[in-house]
Amino acid sequence: MKFYRSHILVGMDTSTVLAGAKEVEAHLLREIERQGLSDEVKVLETGSLGITNQGVVLLVYPEGCYYVNVKIEDVPEIVEEHLLKGRMVQRLLFKEKIKRGPAAIVLRESPLDIRRQSRVVLQNCGIINPEDIDEYIGRGGYEALEKALFQMKPQEVIKEVKKSGLVGRGGAGFPTGAKWEISAKIHSEKKYVICNADEGEPGTFKDRVIMEGDPHRVIEGMVLAGYAVGADKGFIYIRGEYALSIQRMKKAIEQAYKYNLLGSNILETDFSFDIEMRKGAGAYICGEETALIESLEGKRGEPRDKPPYPGTYGLWGKPTVVNNVETLANVPSIILKGADWFRSLGTRDTPGTKLYTILGHVMNQGVIEVETGITLREIVFDYGGGMRNNGEFKAALVGGAAGCFLGRDMLDVKMDYATLKSYKAVLGSGAILVMDNSACIVDMLKCILGFFRHESCGKCAPCRIGTDKLYRMVSEISTGMGTKDHPKLMLELVQMMNKASFCPLGQSVFLPLSSAFKYFEDEIMEHILNRRCPVGVCNVR
Amino acid sequence: MAQILESYKLKEMRKRILRKYLPKRDNLLYILHSLQDANPQNYITSEDVKAVAEYLGISVSEVESVISFYTMLSRKPRGRYIIKFCDSPTCHLLGGGKVLEEIKETLSIHVGETTKDGLFTLEMTSCLGACGVAPAMMINDEIYGNLTPSKAREIIESYKRRRK
Repeated sequence: MKFYRSHILVGMDTSTVLAGAKEVEAHLLREIERQGLSDEVKVLETGSLGITNQGVVLLVYPEGCYYVNVKIEDVPEIVEEHLLKGRMVQRLLFKEKIKRGPAAIVLRESPLDIRRQSRVVLQNCGIINPEDIDEYIGRGGYEALEKALFQMKPQEVIKEVKKSGLVGRGGAGFPTGAKWEISAKIHSEKKYVICNADEGEPGTFKDRVIMEGDPHRVIEGMVLAGYAVGADKGFIYIRGEYALSIQRMKKAIEQAYKYNLLGSNILETDFSFDIEMRKGAGAYICGEETALIESLEGKRGEPRDKPPYPGTYGLWGKPTVVNNVETLANVPSIILKGADWFRSLGTRDTPGTKLYTILGHVMNQGVIEVETGITLREIVFDYGGGMRNNGEFKAALVGGAAGCFLGRDMLDVKMDYATLKSYKAVLGSGAILVMDNSACIVDMLKCILGFFRHESCGKCAPCRIGTDKLYRMVSEISTGMGTKDHPKLMLELVQMMNKASFCPLGQSVFLPLSSAFKYFEDEIMEHILNRRCPVGVCNVR
Repeated sequence: MAQILESYKLKEMRKRILRKYLPKRDNLLYILHSLQDANPQNYITSEDVKAVAEYLGISVSEVESVISFYTMLSRKPRGRYIIKFCDSPTCHLLGGGKVLEEIKETLSIHVGETTKDGLFTLEMTSCLGACGVAPAMMINDEIYGNLTPSKAREIIESYKRRRK
């Protein structure tokens, strides 16, 4: 094996590629060759390095320094100054909270979340080349599968996952082990595992980061799930818009087949498992598991009546386990390191880590993975770097469109499934959209209700008609045509939708609406009573 | 004459695409995706619908109902470049509205319409999952982020120039 004195990792995710990461990489290679450093410096592609919105990002080892906003013109300077002469290019360094210390420690952390981050799901993201299975294996990849196949019975795998307390990371928070057990207990010649990669919740892109940065982890999680429940076929239902994820997952599946980690008689055991990837066609509702199954069968993605749940009656009527990408990505580590280790992370009710996307009026937008039990204040001010332009924190929309507005007095509440539930709020997909005083709640509500109106599948009347009515009413409020009855009517309607809608889509409109009225009633009433938008965003006539 | 030739070409292409898939119901979405991608006007024609229904042994109305359900599938001719503008709360909060206005003005069309030269169709999408670089839009398979009104106009102008 060749020894390189320096490694340059080029972060390749959707945001850096569009900033020109490919071109920068090509220039780097050319420049390194021109300077005769090809035998000393290795350039590698990797997934997201954890910094978004800062153009092309490079990470150089052994120094462990990050360069951001790198342009093609900067490449000769980096090569000559840093690689040839050993002096860092100060003007391009990412200066936010760079931790000094041995490279190995910096390796595990990204600058956005430098302090208490404990990466499980993202442990390889930004470190390995996601298009090379050997790098995943080199960091302990597929060891969990080997352990399960040779040392554990399927029931033991389920027992371990149950003991770990892992709950689904897609939004509903259902215990994963229990879900598997339901399907495992049923005798059926055919069972399926579906990886739900139809990430559509507004403000969420954590699954994309996982798939772009460490696709093999998802595959390993799926195979383990298949082994546990006795399935021999898996589907990855992925968003049609996620071009890079589709490309990387596809490549990873091909590589896994080559290594006999997928296919028949995996690692020469009796266990066989195949994975097929299917592309979605742009419908938010297909994130709901029964709608997803309908879509996989080639039908309109309308949710099914529950029960029976997919665990007993799923794809083509067979027992089917549907898990979110992040959930599956947790499984290899649980099997490898054990449930006790997993339970040592996070809170008692929701052990482990959680991926959050921090967005909106904060200094640093991006994805973080931290142990559960973190407060909103820590997320916004420590990891998000505080408010942008010295703004004042006004609200956060937690959990995407089907989430809740949280006001200032909720800053110290822990952001995990159990705690938020006790406040009648949800964590959902982990999207945290932060707003300062320049945001108008009525305007945001209008955007959210417009979203629901568009994405309601039309199957049931409460949701189909309700979302349209709500959108019209909020539009009236925002244009100064609201009446004193509007809030009452809207809340009544949304409560009815919450009880009578067929699936979680219609039911969850209640969350953003009721929480907006709870924390920001004054602001909404100002639009109605005085026909005035206090922030000056709405076009009140 | 040219028209006849054109429709013959489309027919041959349709046959080729259908042959790639087994006549199974669960292949419906993928067949539709492929047919749409192969059409220079980015849509599914009435002939396509009929052929697919026949191939899979289902009714025409069933195929139509699936197409109308998914936003990525269209039954109307669309432009060569499809602009999907992100309408998520994140993009909205960070100034997406002004960018959208600028795009509408630059192209002189409303959402859902196609420019007269057949180059652009403007559509809204619920979330592109590119929230880290909001406001964002997608033109065909390319994502553009951190948009400002002037940046969006520049991008569209660059697509116009590609044609020449």
